Amino acid sequence: MRITCPHCGERDRREFTYQGASEIMARPDADAGVSAFADYLHLRDNPAGDTRDMWYHDPCGAWIVVDRNTVTHAVTGSTLAREGRT
Amino acid sequence: MVKLIAQTPCEGQLPMTIGDVTLTEVVIQTAWNVAPFAGKEADVSKALEAQSGVGFPAANRMLTKAGSRSIWVGAGRALVQCDGLPELSGLAAVTEQGDAIAAVRLDGPAAEATLARLVPLDLRVSTFKRGHTARSFVGHMAASVTRVGAEAFEVMVMRSMARTLVHELEEAAKGLAARA
Amino acid sequence: MRLKGKGFPDQQRSVPFTFDGERMTGHAGDTLASALLGNGVRLVGRSFKYHRPRGVYGAGSEEPNALVTIGHGAAADPNVRATVQELYEGLEARSQNRWPSLKTDVMAVNDLLSPFLGAGFYYKTFMWPRSFWEKLYEPFIRRAAGLGALSGDHNEDRYERAFAFCDLLVIGAGPAGLMAALTAARAGVDVILADEDSRMGGRLLSETTEVDGKTGHLWADDVLAELRGMDNVRLMTRTTVFGAYDQGTFGALERVGHHKPRKGDELPRECFWRIVAQRSILCAGALERPIAFPNNDRPGIMSASAVRSFANRYGVVGAPEVAVFANNDDAHRTARDLIAAGVKVSALIDSRDDVEVKVDAPVFTGARVVQTSGRLGLEGLTVEQGGRRHGIKAGVLAMSGGWNPSVHLTCHMNGRPVWDAGIQSFVPRDGAIPGMTVAGAARGRFSTAACLADGAEQGAAAATALGRKNVISPDVPHAEGAAYRHQPLWAVEGRGRKWIDFQNDVHVKDIKLAAQENFRSVEHMKRYTTQGMATDQGKNSNVVALAVLADATGRGIPETGTTTFRPPYSPVAIAALGAGAQGKGFAPQRFTTSHAASIARGAPMIEAGLWYRPSYFPATGEKTWREACDREVQMVRSTVGVCDVSTLGKIDIQGPDAAAFLDFVYTNTMSTLKVGKVRYGLMLREDGYVLDDGTCSRLGEMHFVITTTTAAAALVMRHLDFVAQALRPDLDVQIVSVTEQWAQFGVVGAKSREVLNTILDKPIDDDSMPYMGCADVGVAGVSGRLFRISFSGEHAYEVAVPARFGDSLYRLLVANAEMFGGGPYGMEALNVLRIEKGFITHAEIHGRTTAFDIGMDRMISPKKDCIGKTLARRDGLVDEGREQLVGLKPAGAVKQLTAGAHLFDAGAVATRENDQGYVTSVCYSPTVESYLGLAFLKNGRARHGQTVRLVDHLRGIEALCIVCDPVFFDPEGGRLRG
Repeated sequence: MRITCPHCGERDRREFTYQGASEIMARPDADAGVSAFADYLHLRDNPAGDTRDMWYHDPCGAWIVVDRNTVTHAVTGSTLAREGRT
Repeated sequence: MVKLIAQTPCEGQLPMTIGDVTLTEVVIQTAWNVAPFAGKEADVSKALEAQSGVGFPAANRMLTKAGSRSIWVGAGRALVQCDGLPELSGLAAVTEQGDAIAAVRLDGPAAEATLARLVPLDLRVSTFKRGHTARSFVGHMAASVTRVGAEAFEVMVMRSMARTLVHELEEAAKGLAARA
Repeated sequence: MRLKGKGFPDQQRSVPFTFDGERMTGHAGDTLASALLGNGVRLVGRSFKYHRPRGVYGAGSEEPNALVTIGHGAAADPNVRATVQELYEGLEARSQNRWPSLKTDVMAVNDLLSPFLGAGFYYKTFMWPRSFWEKLYEPFIRRAAGLGALSGDHNEDRYERAFAFCDLLVIGAGPAGLMAALTAARAGVDVILADEDSRMGGRLLSETTEVDGKTGHLWADDVLAELRGMDNVRLMTRTTVFGAYDQGTFGALERVGHHKPRKGDELPRECFWRIVAQRSILCAGALERPIAFPNNDRPGIMSASAVRSFANRYGVVGAPEVAVFANNDDAHRTARDLIAAGVKVSALIDSRDDVEVKVDAPVFTGARVVQTSGRLGLEGLTVEQGGRRHGIKAGVLAMSGGWNPSVHLTCHMNGRPVWDAGIQSFVPRDGAIPGMTVAGAARGRFSTAACLADGAEQGAAAATALGRKNVISPDVPHAEGAAYRHQPLWAVEGRGRKWIDFQNDVHVKDIKLAAQENFRSVEHMKRYTTQGMATDQGKNSNVVALAVLADATGRGIPETGTTTFRPPYSPVAIAALGAGAQGKGFAPQRFTTSHAASIARGAPMIEAGLWYRPSYFPATGEKTWREACDREVQMVRSTVGVCDVSTLGKIDIQGPDAAAFLDFVYTNTMSTLKVGKVRYGLMLREDGYVLDDGTCSRLGEMHFVITTTTAAAALVMRHLDFVAQALRPDLDVQIVSVTEQWAQFGVVGAKSREVLNTILDKPIDDDSMPYMGCADVGVAGVSGRLFRISFSGEHAYEVAVPARFGDSLYRLLVANAEMFGGGPYGMEALNVLRIEKGFITHAEIHGRTTAFDIGMDRMISPKKDCIGKTLARRDGLVDEGREQLVGLKPAGAVKQLTAGAHLFDAGAVATRENDQGYVTSVCYSPTVESYLGLAFLKNGRARHGQTVRLVDHLRGIEALCIVCDPVFFDPEGGRLRG
């Protein structure tokens, strides 16, 4: 599997650490309450198809958001987490 | 008055030549990690260039000029090797790194093939040219790999892993030499 | 036997080798299989289940029968296909799965029992009693059935891994692959051409047909010479591309050392390549399939194309008389080539009725082989034609049931192949692997001319797809273009077992039985009969098995479906997959700058993650680690000790928003910290559990340095990067690890300041360096940092210098400490010192404990948000009944405590239901003169003073303990402030 780091280009999957769905970037407000935070942290779709998740490119230290397809395994794009897309 | 004695990371381990590749330690005198604050990238590059001769490098590139080098080492970070501490207050986080790195240079016709045993990177000279650098792995170690010549590379890893770096390069070179 | 004038002329040098200890001679260029046949050896092994005598079947990597062990001792390589093993001087081969000898194998009794051992036998027989399975059934089955055995010794062989990149990967260097590579390479494409054989050319090496007016293999040599001269081409022989993976990644196995005598230990046996290609062309050719007829597995019965390979390429034939049995024209070539080489062809049996056979030998059309004879090797066969039976003498029977395209790699990403009625076989599904096309026989274009043309076409198409302009299709050389004429023949009726899967001993009746017992799905049939589950993955047997199943279930083959192929195409040693990770390659070793000095003092090293740290420093006369540890603890408590703490993570945090960032990642407030001060800090995960703890020092208004535990350094770095980039990109902050930059040493104990003042450029006192202070300092003329912090409860400092001076400073500190009655101490003493003070490590914050559990919930500031704050206050995480951090002291007769032991109420039975908690850390404390433990106990903080029962089920230790505060020593902290 190969993933494109927006900084470094296409790299072997071994250079990345997987984190989970990109919804993790939409952290609730401080006062949103326990159930909002629990949903934010734990509730996930399990899509057969397009998905978007977080990967850490260990050697360069960039957190990236990767678009990929869980059925075809196609990796269709990636952006820097810093750019704020969820 | 006591005086502290300096040691290099690969002290006593290099140089060595195995088959068609020679490994030598690159001794880093002083180096700083320079990380520009938000929106200060251009100012940092200008100030750096004025002070050291090299600006802030583009991603995956190394700049060299008259003994100074700046090597891209990750998102928004460069390793700047020059004589004096760059004065960039308010512009960038400047962090001493001259002691944090073990650096080894590979020279020779087998340099690229040796690294191909350890680095999951496309190192073909058509795609990875002189002055190109990459953050990647050497074996299991996070590393910077830079092409410094047609048959020469420089590899940097964490200082504490110097021995493993030399060992891995040595093993890769031995396996390669045994094929000849 | 050898055939005069046959075989490649450059391969005539004789090479000695042994088989089962017997000395033999082969030729350079031979495989072990051809060398054995050249020596008249047909019996090579015993079959997996019934121990039937078996010989060489094929001439390539698909070989199901001729598996041997090469070499001996730790270096022995079992299950090597004799058809792939190249001969070298001194090669030692041994047959497998037989006892006491290949010719007299006791387990061949299984063959007589075969009526009872059919498909599903194990499932039906070895069901009860259950306890017999492990003790009796499994060992019995394992001993009786099997392949070669591993030596059990540690294998010191070197295996290598490597990465390669190209624009175009061409898999297979037969006529199609050569043309594809040539066409693309001439267009400037960066090509890797990989072939599993030791010599490139594919079937051209085994046929007498001409290409461009030259013998095929000479044409191949010309093409290879041109390719070899191009900078943009890499030829990889002996390299099997065994798997196709995502995004153009391929796994390939190169046999580097297997074809040479061992000399030294530096030459890798194999190299595991990961090849990344933008595009690929699969030119893997096709494999000939067998026909199932009674006793079609005797040594000497081979695929017709293999017989041709052995004759034409290697100049050998397995016996003086050869018969051919086929359902297609292609196999007639075997007869013609043999006759031309002077071999007697005793019969050509073609199952088709109206077929013209131009072969100068007895011909039987519309005929079948219905029986064979010969116990350890074929002696004769019975042919049935129009109701009449004929006895034929033959030592070799060349059989061909037609050809199956090698579609395997196209199935590796779940692409199911498509049935092609024209060739009665499966062809690859278009687009099954992104970026891959298929050319030649691998997609059912069987003639040499078709292969050459298809290769050229696909090569040109790939070059164009890669953006090359003006791609020129070369003239396709002239070659034979005969149509593939055949008529399906899967199984012949008759008495006796008709073998389909030679490697797993599956025959026609097994498959019919599966259908009869309603395992009608092809996937069920496969698992019930084990057809296709051997190491050859059914390369030879799959289509025949399917056809038999289709017939037995009254369906067509396309409706019956097919099982899929998964990587690897052919077996790959685990050692190759793990190449580079043997020995020291398993993980990097991290050494502190004080390593050499610690070793010089005889300190045994313990691993802390990747780091190596001194366990203790044995003094003269000390016999156990405990003696050294007790002494070191007392030394620190009474005078001063020096300890390398460089392994702790150190992270530089800078920027206008550095303070705000730290407030967000720590539970407590760091923005109020004054420059020159240090604060203890706790980090949570977002789910409210403790992530890590450490210190935070403010070096400037916009500059902090924090520490992490050794274990969590990388984790915390990734976490901080995550928070900064994904959650709070609004904060202007830069995070850089400085762990490696600084060598940092703890100078600990009442005399610590005196020791430090021997080396500091400017002496310190309580005012210039108060408790929890930090400052830049000069250390023997070098710019360093000083922190007054303590992990022992003593008056203590950590002093840091650039790592190049680490070795020097450590030696100096230890020498100076010794002048004050102190010295170095190791991890054991460090652990005791912290347990005595109730300080936690990852033994306590192990991922399941909360701030509440460790008594630090008040460190979660109510005045600001932080990671984990909301979820840390979930009801279940602040419940009084939770297991809370407590101290334990032994109270009963048994004084020893053990980590990992569980706690129970004093009178309670030690069962899971009664569990009250568990012990995380223990030590013997020379200071308190008792064993001490840290533990998590239900509602523990309210239970100080109670007695609990400690039970270590694993080690068989029980003790009664008094629950107490986790701070055992100097609870007021007076010593800290000195």
